[in-house]
Amino acid sequence: MLSTKDLSFNYPQGATFSFPNLNITEGQSLLVLGKSGSGKTTLLHLLAGLMNPADGLVEISGVNLVELNGSKRDKFRGENIGIVFQSAQFVRSITVFQNLSLARSLAGLSANNELAESLLNELGITHRMHAKPSDLSIGERQRASIARALVTNPKVVLADEPTSALDDENAALVANLLQRTVTGHGAALIVVTHDQRLKNRFQNSITL
Amino acid sequence: MRMLGLAYANLKEHFLTTALSVMLLAIGIGMVSFIVTVSNQLNDRFNRDIRGIDMVVGAKGSPLQLILSAVYQIDNPTGNIPVSEARRIITHPLVKYSIPLSYGDSYGGYRIVGTDSVYLRHFGATFSSGTSWSGSMEVVLGKTVAKSLEMSIGSHFHGTHGLETEGEAHEEAHYTVVGILNETGTVADRLILTSTTSVWDIHHHPEESDEHQHGHADEESNHYEDDQQITALLVKFKSPMGIMQVPRFINEKTSMQAALPAIEINRLYDLMGIGFSTLQAIGFLIMCIAALSVFISLLNSLKERKYELALMRSLGASPTKLFALVLQESLLLCLVGYAFGIILGRIAVMTLSTFGEEQFHFSITQVAISEIEIWLLPITLFVGVVAALIPALRAYKTDISTILRNE
Repeated sequence: MLSTKDLSFNYPQGATFSFPNLNITEGQSLLVLGKSGSGKTTLLHLLAGLMNPADGLVEISGVNLVELNGSKRDKFRGENIGIVFQSAQFVRSITVFQNLSLARSLAGLSANNELAESLLNELGITHRMHAKPSDLSIGERQRASIARALVTNPKVVLADEPTSALDDENAALVANLLQRTVTGHGAALIVVTHDQRLKNRFQNSITL
Repeated sequence: MRMLGLAYANLKEHFLTTALSVMLLAIGIGMVSFIVTVSNQLNDRFNRDIRGIDMVVGAKGSPLQLILSAVYQIDNPTGNIPVSEARRIITHPLVKYSIPLSYGDSYGGYRIVGTDSVYLRHFGATFSSGTSWSGSMEVVLGKTVAKSLEMSIGSHFHGTHGLETEGEAHEEAHYTVVGILNETGTVADRLILTSTTSVWDIHHHPEESDEHQHGHADEESNHYEDDQQITALLVKFKSPMGIMQVPRFINEKTSMQAALPAIEINRLYDLMGIGFSTLQAIGFLIMCIAALSVFISLLNSLKERKYELALMRSLGASPTKLFALVLQESLLLCLVGYAFGIILGRIAVMTLSTFGEEQFHFSITQVAISEIEIWLLPITLFVGVVAALIPALRAYKTDISTILRNE
């Protein structure tokens, strides 16, 4: 499903990162732990095709992301990769439900209201679907963010510090939800975090 | 979720700045639309009323005043001229035809003009009901007058002295409506027309008439006419030679003045043109300020939304899509501004028309989109594109990785 080989990245300021090879299949989850500055976010951005590596390859479902040019890579990302960000960013001018519709539209997929509604229902925020993101609590926003990552039926979901801003209770809840819903939809999940609370919640983990 | 819907939602989200930009655009477009509409309609009206009139003869004074009062009936006359002297022009070999005008009275704010049937023919007037006057104190009403004063054939009224509604009424005699004209789109619509003798008769004093008692009726009539005065004479020449010779002759050899409408109206256009051009320039300047406002509002909005744009890129949006989104926001804003501007222009024209109707019985109507307004649309859209260009390029160049790393 997702594999990397000899992946490395050099920042112009001088910092250099070399990452261990990853191999993850559908329905599996992987926790990538690391301190600040260890290159966690860099790895996630490389896996999402948001940056070009200095060397190595990122392969998702047999397609080497590194070899795709700009627009093809954008399209591939929209169709195959879901991302959950730390601070759960949304387009603020539209509702949660419209944000989910937008994600499908930007990925070039047709509208699927049933899927969007069922995801919101699964994550327990159906009652907030017509609210603006700014009206949601942090926990609700993070759940909506998971729903958006899954609404395109991606092959891989990448989560960047999804629990850092949450208290223990909500962190556990979001971690469980992420694993259950993402793997339940047959996607692979990679979570990068410095949050040690998640260490025992994932079967597979690596430390950078 | 369509991109246009998202563009609309983004504009709605920043309602105040959007409203300010729309307002500025609307004022600029409305101003240009208003000025051009008024200027075109005035030109059109002025040209229609002046068509076929080569020269106006009247008492000495301001030539422009003579033209405005005799042709357009919107100013006071410069004075009167004796019929005996006017006859020298009427019978001049270079004159094709002439139309005498006698005025000074009014009714309900509409001028009563004594003239002859040539005036009706000149403006192509036809009757919607009744006929032309055949005797003294019979009048024909222009379409606007009949409608406004709600008069019909057989109606009577007393004229008032002067051109104001508050003038002293001529109680000794009343006019009778014998005809109502169809709309001509000219000054004739706003006039109460009668024979020249009606005007003389109503201002005729018995003691004066005693001095004119002679044996034969015809002689008496000629003497009576020669002693009378008219206010102005509209003249059409047989050939351009007339314009070359007659006005100079009148101005140099008689106590009257000759004014050439084409020259005077051009002078008036030049004077008004400065005002119109200035206002039009102000309108375009406001449009430029509006463009700046759109630019600033888009730029600020994009600064606030940089994470959103990066997020959209991470969701699969291409740089071109973000460029198009910003462009759509700007164009949508400009289209709304254009629509409001046209409405604003119409409201301004209607307001001016109401004022003009009350003051001069001169209305301006503009319902359909004019040519300049059609041109204003691509200009407005161009303004939108220019204003959005830099913000859209910034959106295009969004460095998603850097922005998301710094969230």
